[in-house]
Amino acid sequence: MWSLSNIASGIHEWLSKTFPSTVVTVVEMVIVGVCVISLFAILGLVLVMMERKVSAWIQIRLGPNRVGPKGMFQSMADTVKLLVKEGMTPTGADKFLFNLAPYIAIIVSMLLMAPIAFAKDLTMWNLNIGVLYVSAISSVSVISILMAGWASNNKYSLLGAMRSGAQIVSYELSAGLSILCIVVLVGSLNLNDIIASQSNGWWIFKGHIPVFIAFIIFLIAATAETNRAPFDLAEAESELTAGFHTEYSGMKFALFFLAEYVNVFIVCAIGATLFFGGWMPLHIGHWEAFNHIMDFIPSSLWFFGKIFFLIFLIMWFRWTFPRLRIDQLLNLEWKYLLPISMFNLLLVTAMAILGWYF
Amino acid sequence: MFIINYIKEIYSGLKSLVVGLRRTLFYFTHHKEIITEQYPDNRATLNLAQRFKGEVVMPHDENNEHRCTGCTACELACPNGTIKVITKFDLTPEGKKKKAIDKLVYHLELCTMCNLCITACPSDAIKMAQTFEHSVYDRSQLTKVLNFEGSKIMDGVE
Amino acid sequence: MVEELSRTEEGNIIINVGPQHPATHGVLHLVITLHGETIQKVEPHLGYIHRSIEKMCESLTYRQFIYVTSRMDYLSSHINNHACALCVEKGMQIEVPERAQVIRVLMDELTRIASHELWWGAMAMDLGAFTPFFHAFREREVINEIMEDTCGARLTMNYILPGGVLEDLHPSFQKKVKDFIVLYKRKIAEYDEMVTGNIIFQNRMKNVGVLSAADAISFGCSGPTLRGSGVSCDVRKIYPYEIYNKLEFNEALETAGDSFARYMIRIREMNESIRIIEQLIDNIPEGEFQAKTKAVLKLPKGEFYQRVETARGEFGIYIVSEGGTTPYRIKFRSPGFSNLSALDHMARGGKIGDLVAMMGSLDLVIPDIDR
Repeated sequence: MWSLSNIASGIHEWLSKTFPSTVVTVVEMVIVGVCVISLFAILGLVLVMMERKVSAWIQIRLGPNRVGPKGMFQSMADTVKLLVKEGMTPTGADKFLFNLAPYIAIIVSMLLMAPIAFAKDLTMWNLNIGVLYVSAISSVSVISILMAGWASNNKYSLLGAMRSGAQIVSYELSAGLSILCIVVLVGSLNLNDIIASQSNGWWIFKGHIPVFIAFIIFLIAATAETNRAPFDLAEAESELTAGFHTEYSGMKFALFFLAEYVNVFIVCAIGATLFFGGWMPLHIGHWEAFNHIMDFIPSSLWFFGKIFFLIFLIMWFRWTFPRLRIDQLLNLEWKYLLPISMFNLLLVTAMAILGWYF
Repeated sequence: MFIINYIKEIYSGLKSLVVGLRRTLFYFTHHKEIITEQYPDNRATLNLAQRFKGEVVMPHDENNEHRCTGCTACELACPNGTIKVITKFDLTPEGKKKKAIDKLVYHLELCTMCNLCITACPSDAIKMAQTFEHSVYDRSQLTKVLNFEGSKIMDGVE
Repeated sequence: MVEELSRTEEGNIIINVGPQHPATHGVLHLVITLHGETIQKVEPHLGYIHRSIEKMCESLTYRQFIYVTSRMDYLSSHINNHACALCVEKGMQIEVPERAQVIRVLMDELTRIASHELWWGAMAMDLGAFTPFFHAFREREVINEIMEDTCGARLTMNYILPGGVLEDLHPSFQKKVKDFIVLYKRKIAEYDEMVTGNIIFQNRMKNVGVLSAADAISFGCSGPTLRGSGVSCDVRKIYPYEIYNKLEFNEALETAGDSFARYMIRIREMNESIRIIEQLIDNIPEGEFQAKTKAVLKLPKGEFYQRVETARGEFGIYIVSEGGTTPYRIKFRSPGFSNLSALDHMARGGKIGDLVAMMGSLDLVIPDIDR
């Protein structure tokens, strides 16, 4: 069958036949790098377009509809605009850190791509501690925000960065705890093992209410960790104009922008892997015919479909809710999400020990 | 008791959020509710209000005749000096001198469309037009002469 | 140099919010002293949009100066015009036909709803919810179209003249207003779903910017800001003008004095305005829409004051006349200016996010403050 994994293994076989193994590794790394960068570019274009259309339809508007058929090339035109814009550095800014910050943001999101299984047998790096790796690397992203806020020599930026620091550090906890719920049930940190454990049903269905609560907490924490509304306090344009990226312009701003969308994509990918069975097709009990039809849909389509569903949820939140205040944000985490997810983890552990799941 | 209140609080909070989400989902899925007017495309079908105050014009009939006597009532009524009436003296067939307008200069760039000149005019010589696309490349183009070239006052208008 | 100016001795930082800032809705400049995120002091700097309207009015006749007042509080421009016309009529003792009075009140209330609609959207946008802004504009657009039909303009109508109104109602007016009432009653429930009931919104608004009744009075607040603190101050009730004493409507009152109270006042005021319109729309008396006035208006020597209730509070106009065709001196009492003065008192001890919520709940219109 024609699939992404077949193409990958085909390339690998052909390379192994023609070149020595060192060269093969190097060439494969280059191919993967190019793939990741082009995935980034495409994701940026698609997600910006999607956000604009979702917001437009919710706000009873049409959204972009002028550039290209149905306005499809609008984000392309925006990219060109951002590329040719002058990237300014304000006076008094720490030039090195100011220029470094957007690259750290983008590198962090690139690193997060590594352990994700995009389709059946298609993982860049089949890591046995995948979940741990993801939660570890994702906390690095706060450094880029703090760096940008500090180096801008702007008090709006500084306030935004400090807010973001407090926010990401606290929401890591409940995100981690809700991920742990699945880890407890599966007994493995490997993302591929987690997917394999869902071959007879996704965890969101198998895990009863505790896993559903864990999913909701994960969704809230993921929204907060990616600095999206209603938790976009780091940007908060009605309070801090643009928060940590107030002073950025041109391509450096675009990198922050891109990193935000790619981060959304990645947390949704993690969410889809943990709770919705990654690339596993939807199977319902003993409906053999239905299950067979579902199997015909390529696994990568399943995966991307689930991711985009979750991304839609996050966008939907953004265009519905007002923003929280900084102390309410921390209250929500420490008084509500953290106790609930701890209690929930206990429940899930009990469930896993007693085997109360399908 | 504390636990029950805690759970109640979370429940009511989540419920209020879900209510809002349902409303936005309704608009997301119902594209008929979209009210955007795609302006330059719908120019042909654009419905402007009959009384819309767009700019002051002086209607002329088919004989190139207007109703303005040059009484300068509009000039006096205007709060910001938008209208300037330049008069001249025409000779009537009987050889008498008669006051008439040479030019009625109208500064669109100063006009606030307050309609005071229209109400002040005793002979209904000027009225508001329903135009609105006033942008030009040069400011001088906004200074207009309202009476046409070679136009005369209508018979019977004093 | 910049570094030294931006920090105080106690280690507080000073931030300039505005004159170009998304939350100030205009060219308001606030200098905030912050301790971390907590506000120590708010100092409004005015003058960015000062057009010396009061001085301009001194050189305009009593018919002409009305159009300038539309440019002050542009969201309730019709009510400003109304105040000016009433003041001139008071001075000249012009008897306004009843039809004109009813038309004026109808337009006032429509303007009030339109103003509150815009405020509602902008308020939600200040708090970070973007969608309500567009939904509010959809309903406001209907009112604007009604205005456009009858007055010929959407925002700065200049529809009221001393002695009556400029033109008679458009034939479609009654039908369109009735349609709007039906639409409004359907949509106001959506407003509650999306914003009022929302837990995040309530938490952002409740117990934020609390203004006690005594403070509100001493700052000279008026309108929804004062009524939110539980003081009855509706000019339409206390000093009724036109036909307001014949109408049945309640004055919206809340006692909490916080931003949410001010929010609820405005929502309830919209409902009351709808009630007033419902009472009047089928009972517009026949007759003249304008009293016979002289071509040149001359106010007798003396001093005249007239107050009205705009969407933001009490708007007063004070004319000193020397008996000529132009006023000797005009003073406007704009509600926004006094309401803004309470901001510092309310904001101290709050967070930056609270400041935005307070400014939203005060419903500041900057040209109204600066004139």
